[in-house]
Amino acid sequence: MTRIPLRPLARILNARASGENPDLIERENIARRHEAMRDKQRHQAEGRLVVMAVVFTVAFSVVGMQNFKLAATEPTEPRAAVSTSPIAAQRADITDRNGRVLATNLLTYSLYAQPHLMTDKERSASELAAIFPDLKEEDLLRRFNSSIKFMWIKKKLSPEQKQAVHDIGDPGLLFGPREMRLYPNGRLAAHVLGGTSFGREGVHSAEVIGTAGIERAFDERLRDPARPDPLKLSIDLTVQSAVRQVLYGGMKIMNAKGATAVLMDVRTGEVISLTSLPDFDPNDRPQPALQGDPSDSPLFNRAVQGVYELGSTFKVFAAAQALDLGLANPDTLYATKGPLTWGRYRIRDFHDYGPELSVTDIIVKSSNIGTARIAMQITGARQKPFLASLGLLEATPIELSEAPSGRPLTPERWSEISTMTISYGHGISTSPVHLAAAYASILNGGTRVKPTLLRRDAPQKGDRVVSQKTSAAMGGILRQVVSRGTASQGDVEGYAVGGKTGTADKPKPRGGYYKDRVIATFASAFPSHDPKYVLIVTLDEPTETSGTKPRRTAGWTAVPVAAEIIRRAAPLLGLRPEIEPDKAFEVTRVSSN
Amino acid sequence: MRGLFYALSAIAVMGLAFWAYRENYRTQQSLRDVAALQSQIGDLREALAVQRAEWAYLNRPERLRELAELNWERLNLIPLSPDHFGDLQLVVFADEAPANLLPADEDEGDDAPAMAGLNVSDAVAVRGTLGGEAAR
Repeated sequence: MTRIPLRPLARILNARASGENPDLIERENIARRHEAMRDKQRHQAEGRLVVMAVVFTVAFSVVGMQNFKLAATEPTEPRAAVSTSPIAAQRADITDRNGRVLATNLLTYSLYAQPHLMTDKERSASELAAIFPDLKEEDLLRRFNSSIKFMWIKKKLSPEQKQAVHDIGDPGLLFGPREMRLYPNGRLAAHVLGGTSFGREGVHSAEVIGTAGIERAFDERLRDPARPDPLKLSIDLTVQSAVRQVLYGGMKIMNAKGATAVLMDVRTGEVISLTSLPDFDPNDRPQPALQGDPSDSPLFNRAVQGVYELGSTFKVFAAAQALDLGLANPDTLYATKGPLTWGRYRIRDFHDYGPELSVTDIIVKSSNIGTARIAMQITGARQKPFLASLGLLEATPIELSEAPSGRPLTPERWSEISTMTISYGHGISTSPVHLAAAYASILNGGTRVKPTLLRRDAPQKGDRVVSQKTSAAMGGILRQVVSRGTASQGDVEGYAVGGKTGTADKPKPRGGYYKDRVIATFASAFPSHDPKYVLIVTLDEPTETSGTKPRRTAGWTAVPVAAEIIRRAAPLLGLRPEIEPDKAFEVTRVSSN
Repeated sequence: MRGLFYALSAIAVMGLAFWAYRENYRTQQSLRDVAALQSQIGDLREALAVQRAEWAYLNRPERLRELAELNWERLNLIPLSPDHFGDLQLVVFADEAPANLLPADEDEGDDAPAMAGLNVSDAVAVRGTLGGEAAR
């Protein structure tokens, strides 16, 4: 930029010549220069303001547009963050202890109709009735012709049925995806698994909820999407299958109307097999019976819900407590002269066993009188807490939704006569699972186990119930019941079965007892010198008819069935047949003198 | 100099714009691939669940028992019973076996010791599995 001098010589000389003040020229030029500078500065400032305005406008419009976009569009997950977790949020599977599937899910379709979209209602109704024999053509047509806009036709379809319905080709017949619970083994572990049904239903999905058994007890856990790993049960599918087969055959041979078997690991409390017959198919769970005795329904879980007077099997608890308290040893003699009269009650034995028997022989011959005398010595004040410590006075903690309903029936007042009758298993009703857990607690070395249906790997460390010594002595006594007592048919070579029979008359619904209806129970443990498993077999109203007179005692009914179960199940459990150690023989020899 | 700087900047901006454009479309393509793969994984999982269910259904003990009974003639399968357990004592070791049990052929007498050695190692392998069974 050309700079104008403040005092241009030509003008100064002209001014001097004409007598003007040359300083005026300088001042005029200074003023002009300042004016130019001011204009320039203003121009710059204006430029900055414009830039600022543009920046702010752009910034605000970007924020505004982003806001608008967020407000006006559908919210979606950021796609780059899509997880790799399983897409189907399914109910978790249930497996047995070796991972074999007991319950899983299958994707099927449900069928619904929107009658206002249908083109040929008559033809659709007749073809649907042909595909599904349980649907009636008239009913379908009547419902198609009513004013409803939506109706379910079938909750679950097989792929063949779906194709057949698809082939009808009516636009008003529509399918919705459904997750279906499948129990591939059918009836095998029906009472353990329970069953499921649909909860809230929509067209595109439906909730599957557990209605009974372990499905209901673990409903929350099975539905938790964060835990898709299968629920591992303690049940062994192979053993369960063998037990069910033998028990079913036994129930038929013994003409029983029901049967149950519980096989339990004595150290971990795991229930390896739990069978209750008659059973049902959990894939097609029957409706609960609204009339009649609920215990006759196949849905009734006899092993857990069925509380019965289990008879002489309870004598073991009286004997164990007497040994543990030091009141007696296996050879202590008790008077068994009958009948034992207490007030208006008379306690009798099945046979007359002579004037006196040792504790071992009281159990071996199953003397009510002898046991009652032991119980009188123990007293009710000590008997009740002992039975409570075995878990016999409360519902079992087993993980089935039916378990709380299997609450034992105990006398309101624990009088002396109650103490005496309870000692031989009358006046107290418990479920077979109670009995299994109590036997396991006594025979595993004397610590309490609680029954469980979940796989465990470590033994339970429960409270001590009886001493190690008592536990071993009881194992020896139970062995003798089988080797020379009431359960002689229960011997399985190589497995040293020990056990106690129990035959209890069934109570009439109106009071009193039936003469010809019994509950026969065999509570056994094997091998008895080092018990590993406890097996309880209970038959409901068995009659053995091979002899001249029908026989109902457990020794003739439940015991052979249990022996056959042990013969089949023990090898499957990996137990090798072995020769009993000498100690057991010694005990036999000494006490049979 | 200044003109060159402007030109280079403009080229850089265009280059970056092209790069960003390409990356954007590559990302979108990758996301589409991931979505396709995930739906494929979902389908495969579903198929797997169906096959597992079918496996469980076809291997249910009831059916296997029926099959074993149907094929009794060929398979001679019976339920496992206590007398099916073997004992290591009953395994004949080659060095203990009487000579007539050894598969020695008179013409190939030289081979016999080698075969005996083979049998011993087989027996040891059997012992290993038996021990494993017993320990279990």
